[in-house]
Amino acid sequence: MSIKYSEDHEWVDAKEDDLVVIGITDFAQEQLGDLVYVELPEVGDECTKGENISVIESVKAASDLVAPVSGSIIEVNSRLEDEPEIVTEDSMGEGWFIKVKLSDPAELDELMDEEAYNSFIEE
Amino acid sequence: MSVGSEIRTTPFHKMHVDAGAKMVPFAGYEMPVSYPLGIKKEHNHTRERAGLFDVSHMGQIRLSGEQAMSALESLVPVDIIDLPLMKTRYALFTSENGGVLDDLMVTNLGDNTLFLVVNAACKHADYEHLQHHLGASCELELYDDLALLALQGPKASSVLSALAPEVEEMTFMTAMQLMINNIDCFVTRSGYTGEDGFEISVSAQDAENLADILLSSDEVEWIGLGARDSLRLEAGLSLYGHELDSSHSPVESSLNWALSKVRRLGKEREGNYLGDNIILDQLENGSDTKVVGLLPEGRMPVRDGAIIQDENGNQVGYVTSGGFGPTLNQPISIARLETKFTNSQSKIFALVREKKIAVEIVKLPFVKHNYYRG
Repeated sequence: MSIKYSEDHEWVDAKEDDLVVIGITDFAQEQLGDLVYVELPEVGDECTKGENISVIESVKAASDLVAPVSGSIIEVNSRLEDEPEIVTEDSMGEGWFIKVKLSDPAELDELMDEEAYNSFIEE
Repeated sequence: MSVGSEIRTTPFHKMHVDAGAKMVPFAGYEMPVSYPLGIKKEHNHTRERAGLFDVSHMGQIRLSGEQAMSALESLVPVDIIDLPLMKTRYALFTSENGGVLDDLMVTNLGDNTLFLVVNAACKHADYEHLQHHLGASCELELYDDLALLALQGPKASSVLSALAPEVEEMTFMTAMQLMINNIDCFVTRSGYTGEDGFEISVSAQDAENLADILLSSDEVEWIGLGARDSLRLEAGLSLYGHELDSSHSPVESSLNWALSKVRRLGKEREGNYLGDNIILDQLENGSDTKVVGLLPEGRMPVRDGAIIQDENGNQVGYVTSGGFGPTLNQPISIARLETKFTNSQSKIFALVREKKIAVEIVKLPFVKHNYYRG
């Protein structure tokens, strides 16, 4: 299964049918600049597509992480709390944010593939 | 069509774009907020080596006339009459109600001429203010053909003295007219980062050439407005519209140090500036609010506008500037607090996204100033 992308610049990597890893794209990371703080949700929290689930703070400003899918949060990358710079260094890998068990796997179909996302950010 | 919203550029605009800067609108100008280095590295570069800042959006004003020095004293609570030749002093334009209209740097050029540097967003209002009060007795010019560069950091002096050895004789808050590779420059040893450094006024026509010469040093990098803000925040320096505004006096903004002795109650040139009654009274009896430094507990930045509460949840102040201090590697804030809470031992908290963050009141600056005083 390939990685999908949201218009809010998150990547969603489907590991199994209803389990996904979510992070922010390299483009988003570059736009934000140096990250200094990441506020993560709690394991067990429910997230709803389109709602804020996390706050990402750069030197300059605070931005919201908007849930690209709905489900329950089964794991968070707590390393980011002490080392937010991991997101800057490896946003697509070590800098992942959360793992979610999807409540509606069909939501994945509404996300963009890599090609669509690349043309989206060029606009 | 919107009228009067045309965005301006500085003489360095093309250089910023070529350097890959992220450009943002700021005070009517398109300005570099950061370069590819990023705010944190730009900040650290300035603390460790030398940063070059385009601050050409700021207002540069010449005030001259036989009465120029005493005339300016009628608008600032600062000693201007005894400002020595080629010395620079920090000052504030006050209003009738004791509030602050802007903060500025004043240099005595001699021949009854003063050179003022004022904030970009206030420069036209400042010019009108000067024209209104002093126009009859003084000649005024707001330059639109001058650029302004700031070279800041521990290597600023060696970089500049390699080009103009006489800057080694300068100390903090002094000025000099000098030539750098045949470019006429007006230099003050001052800045807005807490580091040693210089501000260099130069004609728009020579601006790019001068920046190229400075950037040819390995020590020097362009630094954007983002790092300029984190540097001044760590240095505990006030920003107009944040720590300073027209509804708070210099005393309420903890700028007593900037109010010259000779202009205080019972002294030689007491008062005689706008809002003097209110400000002199507050100097004697204290003010209801003060501006203080805050260290938030944990890693979460506490930014402008965050409410400060006491243990019982009563509001006791608000954050005027806040963010992350790369040199300290922790969040830092400046806040306006009710004076009675600035010395109390009781715990206070900042509210961020409905969370209560414990904050500790600390002395400003957060990072020690490294000015060169000789």
